[in-house]
Amino acid sequence: MSELETQIAFDVATLRKDFPILSTTVHGKPLVYLDNAATTQKPNAVLDIQNIYYREQNANIHRGVHHLSEVATFEYEKARGKVKNFINAADNKEIIFTKGTTDSINLVAQSFGKSFLNAGDEVIISAMEHHSNIVPWQMICEERNAKLCVIPMNDDGELILEEYEKLLSPKTKIVSVVYISNSLGTINPVKRIIEIAHRNGSKVLIDGAQAIAHTPVDVRDLDCDFFAFSGHKIFGPTGIGILYGKASLLEQMKPYQGGGDMIRSVTFEKTTYNDLPYKFEAGTPNVVGGIGLGAAIDYVNIIGLNAISQYEQELLEYGTEILRNINGLRLIGTAKSKACILSFVLENAHPHDIGTILDREGIAIRTGHHCTQPVMLRFGIPATARASLSFYNTKEELDTLVRGIAKVTEIFG
Amino acid sequence: MSELNELYQQLILEHNKSPRNFKELEHFTNDADGYNPLCGDHYHIWLKLDGDVISDIGFKGSGCAISKSSASMMTAAIKGTTINNAKELFGKFHSVIMTKIGDEIPEEKIEELGSLGALAGVREFPARIKCASLAWHALNAALTNPKQTVSTEQEN
Repeated sequence: MSELETQIAFDVATLRKDFPILSTTVHGKPLVYLDNAATTQKPNAVLDIQNIYYREQNANIHRGVHHLSEVATFEYEKARGKVKNFINAADNKEIIFTKGTTDSINLVAQSFGKSFLNAGDEVIISAMEHHSNIVPWQMICEERNAKLCVIPMNDDGELILEEYEKLLSPKTKIVSVVYISNSLGTINPVKRIIEIAHRNGSKVLIDGAQAIAHTPVDVRDLDCDFFAFSGHKIFGPTGIGILYGKASLLEQMKPYQGGGDMIRSVTFEKTTYNDLPYKFEAGTPNVVGGIGLGAAIDYVNIIGLNAISQYEQELLEYGTEILRNINGLRLIGTAKSKACILSFVLENAHPHDIGTILDREGIAIRTGHHCTQPVMLRFGIPATARASLSFYNTKEELDTLVRGIAKVTEIFG
Repeated sequence: MSELNELYQQLILEHNKSPRNFKELEHFTNDADGYNPLCGDHYHIWLKLDGDVISDIGFKGSGCAISKSSASMMTAAIKGTTINNAKELFGKFHSVIMTKIGDEIPEEKIEELGSLGALAGVREFPARIKCASLAWHALNAALTNPKQTVSTEQEN
């Protein structure tokens, strides 16, 4: 697609109207929302469907024989089907609703860990993981007397695959890596990482939190064993997430939590567990969250992730160029393959001060360690300022960011 | 821009650039860590107490301009003073930066803070109040955290 065609196909001004919050003001200035890696804004389609659900369809699912319960169950399961198609899973039973990416990873760490991880075994993660793909593995490794190994990265924020291959051994039971780094923007070559792990007989979990709204995901093409993401990073509600897992693997794994919906029969002597995916869905789920996520996926499908990704690459190129021209600014995360995440530090101003000054200009960015303290340590910095973009952002907003940074340098010299 | 100018006054920027007492104490009686896990601001503070007098004080670490200048001004204000005076100053400082947005702060309350009064503007930025009080909380922790071994060595 040529640039002109992208522009025609990609009418940002019109798309922005789908998001009511994007036309609000902050401190008297138009909101420039550049914190999409933290959470995304919600289109009307997602807002409306949640309202309709509570007004017209609300009931508990999988339980009642009454009309509303049937409607709610139907809508919730329909959303599961949308997720399945969206990531090209083989079957609805491979789609488990969770609270979010963190919850999904904890589920795998605990359940896979208790089923397959033994003393002396090893788990591999990478140097650029979010805390939520470090701590759950530390917890289970400690419990099972297993060892946690870390794939190192280079100064551009790219994983060193030769080192990864050296870490693999017959002891490696699972590799858990991030698809797109939330603090560096690096897009990891996950397909290759998976292939290498499989050759070694190891399973792979992909943390897709930052990937799901920015690049098409096909779990069967990737051949990952698990894929985790959150609804709120893809324009859906908070408190809903997905764990995709290969059915053959999920079937061998023990339940994560006990409660309603995950059982077939209970006596005080013995409980038999329900089939997939319900075996892993204890308790009344976030029904409206699931339905909202379904609506978000419908919305994204209308625009198309290929078009989104292409437009965001344009924003990335433009943003990288204009930020690089700022004196005293250093980009953190300069991988060749990157998503539209611009993490940076300024020579004379701490990220926290940058964040406050930009906020007064209506610009929302994230400052701090982004729940990736080992990444900060690797680059020898306490924190970064991070602008993370989505398809509804514009080059004009990047210009506003640059003007905001000029105000920071005006104050801090 | 006026609230920003109020927050980032020249005095604050100057303390941020050249913090006072920005050093580790070789001989100290008390010390503590001040850490804000949310933003990563991290300082260590050392005290040398002679009786109830804070005869020397130093701090090291990294953080934003507000936390660093606040720590710097705090050390300048309490060096040579008594523990009670330092605690009293913290109370006054705390009540100023915690004053609700829109409520008037009497001029004399800011004046009695000396240079620390420059941080009064932080109350307009609720997310930053923790930055301004970080060093003070570390000071409080240090006062209840004596290093017995070091003080013994010192007497030798």
